[in-house]
Amino acid sequence: MAEDNRAFTAASFNAYLTQEKKLVGVRCRACGTLSPQPRPMCHACHGRDMEWHEFSGMARLSTFTCISIVPVSMSKKGYGRDNPYCTGIVTLEEGPRLSARIIGVDARNPQDIKTGMELVLDLAEVDPDNPTPAFRPK
Amino acid sequence: MSTTSRKRRLGRAVSIVGAGMSRFGAFADKDSRDLFVEAFQDMLDNLDQGIDVQDIECAYVGNYSSDLFEHQGHTAPIIADWLGLTPMPVTRIENACASSGSALREGIMAIASGLYDIVLVGGMEKMTSLPTEGVTDVLATAADGLYEVPAGLTFPGIFGAIATAHMDRYDTNLDHLLKVAIKNHENGALNPKAQFNVTIQSLMERRMTRAQERGQPVPEYVTEMDFLNDPAANPWIAWPLRLYDCAPITDGAACVLLVASELTHNFTDKPIDIAGTGQASGRPLHDADELTSLSAAKAAASQAYEMAGVTADDIQVAEVHDCFTIAEIIATEDLGFFAPGEGGRAVDEGRTALHGDKPINTSGGLKAKGHPVGASGVGQVAEIFHQLRGEAGERQVNNPNLELGLTHNVGGTGGTCVVNILRRAS
Repeated sequence: MAEDNRAFTAASFNAYLTQEKKLVGVRCRACGTLSPQPRPMCHACHGRDMEWHEFSGMARLSTFTCISIVPVSMSKKGYGRDNPYCTGIVTLEEGPRLSARIIGVDARNPQDIKTGMELVLDLAEVDPDNPTPAFRPK
Repeated sequence: MSTTSRKRRLGRAVSIVGAGMSRFGAFADKDSRDLFVEAFQDMLDNLDQGIDVQDIECAYVGNYSSDLFEHQGHTAPIIADWLGLTPMPVTRIENACASSGSALREGIMAIASGLYDIVLVGGMEKMTSLPTEGVTDVLATAADGLYEVPAGLTFPGIFGAIATAHMDRYDTNLDHLLKVAIKNHENGALNPKAQFNVTIQSLMERRMTRAQERGQPVPEYVTEMDFLNDPAANPWIAWPLRLYDCAPITDGAACVLLVASELTHNFTDKPIDIAGTGQASGRPLHDADELTSLSAAKAAASQAYEMAGVTADDIQVAEVHDCFTIAEIIATEDLGFFAPGEGGRAVDEGRTALHGDKPINTSGGLKAKGHPVGASGVGQVAEIFHQLRGEAGERQVNNPNLELGLTHNVGGTGGTCVVNILRRAS
C-alpha cells in the first residue's frame, strides 16, 4: 500500500474501516514494527518512515468482558443490564493486539466464550458514527 | 542513559507532618471546593504543633475531571481562594485516578529542589453530580478515546478483561475477587470516614431484614458468599466483575502537609519521611507487555524501592489501588508482595487482612473507603501516615515495630502509576 499518501491518523483508520471495510494500520519501514493504530512515528525505534499495512483480519481472542453497565453510546443501541455486549482484546495473526468488539457470541453466557478461539474480522455492520473493528468466531 | 536504570535521589529530604480527609461519600449539597476545605480543616485540627496557614508557600491539587463532573475548569485558584491563601501558587494535576498521587510527587520535588520549604498537596473529586451512565462515560475518558473506547470498553470493562486474562492464566477465581471486597469492607467498617463504613455481612443482614419487613420472600443467605453470588444483590457490571467488585462513585477530598525534613521539629515530633517515590507511564491494555499486570506499577515500584533502599518484603502495610477487586490482586503481584498468580490465594488465606502478615488497604481501600478519583492517591498516603504514627484507631495494624508503608496509585487502566514508600522517622 506504498502509494497511499493519506495521513497516519485515526481519521484515516476510520475511513478504511467504514469505506473500504479493511483493517489498515502502519508498518515502520526502518524496523518493521507493525501497529494497528496509525501513528506518524514508530513507537519502537522512533523512525519517521511509516507505510500503510493491511492486516489479514485473522485473529485469536486474547481476553474479553461482557458489559452490562453500558456507556451512553451503547445504551442508545439497546444494550444494557438485560442485553450485555462482548468486547475484548484480540491478537492479530501478524502479532499486534487491538481492542475490538466481539460479535456472534452470547454475551449473556460469558462462561461459554473461550479465550484463544479463532476469530475473523467482520466489518459488515461497522457503525459510521462510532467505527471500531469487530471480530466474530471463525 | 536509560530512564529506568539511573539511580535517583531527592535533592533534600522531605517529610509529611499532617494529613486530613473529608468524609468520603455522596454529598448532594457539597461541591469539590467544599470537600477540599473540609479535608484542609481536618488536617489543621490534627497538626501536632499547629501552623500559621500563611506559611504554606505552594500547593498542588489532584483532580481528574471537575470539567466534566462540575462544568468547572481551572479549579486550582478556586482552592487557593477558598483556603484564603491567594496569591499562593496552586497547580492542578490531572493524571486520571492517579491525579493526587502525581500531585504529591510534584510537591515532593518542589521541596527537594529547594524552591519551597512548606507545601500543601491534596486532591478532590465531586462525582455524584452525574448519573451512573454519565460517570461511566467520564471515567472512560481516562482510556484511549480513539482505540479503546469505541470498542465499547468501559473502565470496569477493561479491568474485567484483565480479570478474565488473570483467571485464564492462573488459578484465580471469582471467589478470590469477592474475598477482596469482603476484606476491604471489614476494614472500612472500622473507618469512620469511609463511604461504606459497614461489612458485607451487615449489608446482607440488612437486605434480609428489609425483605422481612416488607413481607417479601427473605433470601436464604447463610454466608456473605451466598449474598454476593445472588445476582439480585450483586448484579453483573462487566464480566467477571459484579457490583461488589467495583469501587463506588464518591465525593471526597484529602490533603497532606509536606515540609523539608530539616524543619519537621517546628510541626511535630512524629514526622513521616518520604523514603522513596516512583512514577511511570504505561500503554493501553491491548499494547501492554502482559494482560495480567500493569507495567507502570512494576516500574514505579522498582524506582521507589531503589530510592528507599528496601524490598517488597520490608513493607509492613500498604494501600493499593483497588478500583476493582482484580486491581488489588494484580497490585500485590506487581509490587512484589506475592508471585505472579498468587495474589488471589493470598487474599483467600487471609494474608492481606488487617491482622495478616501483609495488611493491605486497612482504610477499606477504594472499595469501601470510597474512590473520589482525584483524591484517592493522597487519601492512601493519609492512611499510611496514620498507621505509621499508630493513630489508626480500631483499624491500627498490630505491630509495635511498624516503620515502613507503601502507597500504590493507578491512573486509568495503568497509563499512570505512582508508588510512594513512607518511613516513620527514627
